[in-house]
Amino acid sequence: MVLADYLILGAVLFGLSVAGIFINRKNVIILLMCIELMLLAVNTNFIAFSHFTGDISGQVFVFFILTVAAAESAIGLAILVVLFRNRHTINVDDLDSMKG
Amino acid sequence: MENIYLTIVLAPLAGALLAGLFGKVIGRSGAHWVTILGVATSFVLSVVVFKYMVIDGNEPFNGPVYTWMVSDGIHMQVGFLVDRLTTLMLLVVTFVSLMVHIYTIGYMSDDPGYQRFFSYIALFTFSMLMLVMSNNFLQLFFGWEAVGLVSYLLIGFWYKRPSAIYANLKAFLVNRVGDFGFLLGIAAIVMYFNTLDYAGVFAAAPAMAGSTMQIFPGSDWSVMTVICILLFIGAMGKSAQVPLHVWLPDSMEGPTPISALIHAATMVTAGIFMVARMSPLFELSETALSFVLVIGSITALFMGFLGLVQNDIKRVIAYSTLSQLGYMTVALGVSAYSVGIFHLMTHAFFKALLFLAAGSVIIAMHHEQDIRKMGGLRKYLPITYWTSLVGSLALIGFPGFAGFFSKDTIIEAVHASHIAGSGFAYVSVLSGVFITALYSFRMFFLVFHTHERFDEHTRAHLHETPAVVTVPLIMLAIPSVVAGYWIDPVVFGDYFGDAIFVSHAHDVVGHLAEEFHGTSAFILHGLTGPAFWLATAGLGTAWFIYTQKPSIAEQLAQRFQLVYRIMLDKYGFDRFNEIFFAGGARGTGWTLWKLGDVLLIDGLLVNGSARLVGWVSGVVRHVQTGYLYHYAFSMIIGLLLLLSWFLWLAPGA
Repeated sequence: MVLADYLILGAVLFGLSVAGIFINRKNVIILLMCIELMLLAVNTNFIAFSHFTGDISGQVFVFFILTVAAAESAIGLAILVVLFRNRHTINVDDLDSMKG
Repeated sequence: MENIYLTIVLAPLAGALLAGLFGKVIGRSGAHWVTILGVATSFVLSVVVFKYMVIDGNEPFNGPVYTWMVSDGIHMQVGFLVDRLTTLMLLVVTFVSLMVHIYTIGYMSDDPGYQRFFSYIALFTFSMLMLVMSNNFLQLFFGWEAVGLVSYLLIGFWYKRPSAIYANLKAFLVNRVGDFGFLLGIAAIVMYFNTLDYAGVFAAAPAMAGSTMQIFPGSDWSVMTVICILLFIGAMGKSAQVPLHVWLPDSMEGPTPISALIHAATMVTAGIFMVARMSPLFELSETALSFVLVIGSITALFMGFLGLVQNDIKRVIAYSTLSQLGYMTVALGVSAYSVGIFHLMTHAFFKALLFLAAGSVIIAMHHEQDIRKMGGLRKYLPITYWTSLVGSLALIGFPGFAGFFSKDTIIEAVHASHIAGSGFAYVSVLSGVFITALYSFRMFFLVFHTHERFDEHTRAHLHETPAVVTVPLIMLAIPSVVAGYWIDPVVFGDYFGDAIFVSHAHDVVGHLAEEFHGTSAFILHGLTGPAFWLATAGLGTAWFIYTQKPSIAEQLAQRFQLVYRIMLDKYGFDRFNEIFFAGGARGTGWTLWKLGDVLLIDGLLVNGSARLVGWVSGVVRHVQTGYLYHYAFSMIIGLLLLLSWFLWLAPGA
């Protein structure tokens, strides 16, 4: 296993999550999941670099990112609940009150 | 003496201010008392000045009173030049003004604007006195504009009448044309002489006689000719010479007393006075004198014709004023300045008399002005009748009356002159005599003789006007008869002295003076001259046509319909002005409005930029979809672009 394999895996994961954000027109929850996936792709890169360079700080950083991502998901889901209460929908296409 | 000069000017101003600003407080009688007191003071002091200056033979006064400002060495100041010319004008102005003030008590007695009227005419007297007593061009211009302003206010005195508003606007606009020329003339004087004082300009003028200026490249104009013609354009506006005469007949929309005071006796003669005052300048340019002469003779003859077809009593007199102003201008043109001023004086008396008499008729007829609806008024208005007769005889130049002396001398002076255009002028002024007699007595007979053409109701109220009206008539009738006998000292004697300068080559008056042997000989000589026979013929024709065979007038109008039409149209000056100048100005304005304002400024600049911003934002707003994934996408794109820039394009990458 060489570094490039890990990086390719991270890039694929990142691409999937971006596609998930763009192509998804239905559900805000999927959007949140895609953001999590994006963070995980970045984490994969961190760990891969850390391992191959022998520097432990990259792995430490991953812990921080996981923590922040968990908090962020919690907040995101809370916003989602409130949003549903107010709008009775979590359909992305209906959420366009910022339209110019 | 200086205090007296100052009082002469300021007394009417004080009256005007009191009557104008405190009219409600002092009431109607208070208003006429203060103004009459002011003008009477001026008149009495003018007599004092006359005694001091003419009888005691003191030197003229010329000095500044107050310096307004000094700019680049040019002193702008209020100053008085009181010489014999000024003295004569002072007497005429204050006397006629005083008579008109008294007359106004009767004429305006029912008018709600009583105090306002008195304030205006006293203000007018002040302005006119400032004009004639000035010793510099700036103050002359002040007086010039001030009389114009008061004339505007008084023509539109009955400001609820649309015709009066039309007339005063017209008078103001036409005078602006003349004043523009006048102002240019003054500017030229400042440019070449670097002073505004008469004395300085007159002293430096002979040295300037040969110099030329270039108005257009490659054409040389004599400086003096340009200055004189520009100044005379100002006089054409104020003294109503063709083609700037159009405002004067319309100015009859104002109350009759001011027609007498402003539009016959004083203000319109300001131009004549100014040219006489500027005689040292005009003497230096024969071209300008010829110009003056030709304009004057056209006015004298052709405006007289128009008096024949008018039916409004005041308009007939207005056209006669135009014609008489033409005579004065002709006198100036042949360098007979003293004769011009003499005619100005006699004319002021008899024309004021005629206007006030017309006003008396109008009061008696309850503001009916159409002479076709009068007739046979002789037995109802005896005083008005006799004074009108005196005025008319003076106007046509009947031997012995004031107008005879002045008008005959003008004709003789034109005959003796050899300046270019004098031949035409001689024919004009001679035929003018016949025309003058014809229209004057046409009006006289139609008003006072012939059968009565008004209804029973008017007849029941018809009676002689009150004493405040008739006394001024009588007071004016006296100088209308006797003023002419003053010809010996004023014209042929050395009355004016240094006030009027005539170069030796143009000295027609000196030539006439050699043949002058006293007034009685002058009258006898006049009886044999063509002017007397033409006047008599005019009088006789008027008598025959309008009292004996009225059908002749109608037949003539029928026979010469084209001429009649042109004369009713006043030669089309009004129509030409309306179409060419008014229409042209409106057309230009309309084009500028449509092109400049509506299209360019409002359309392109103001609304155009707003529309552009609106269109751009209309396009740009589609970017703002409100969908989260669009924003996220643009963020990614932006990130990619930034990254690629840093990786490959940034300096040092």
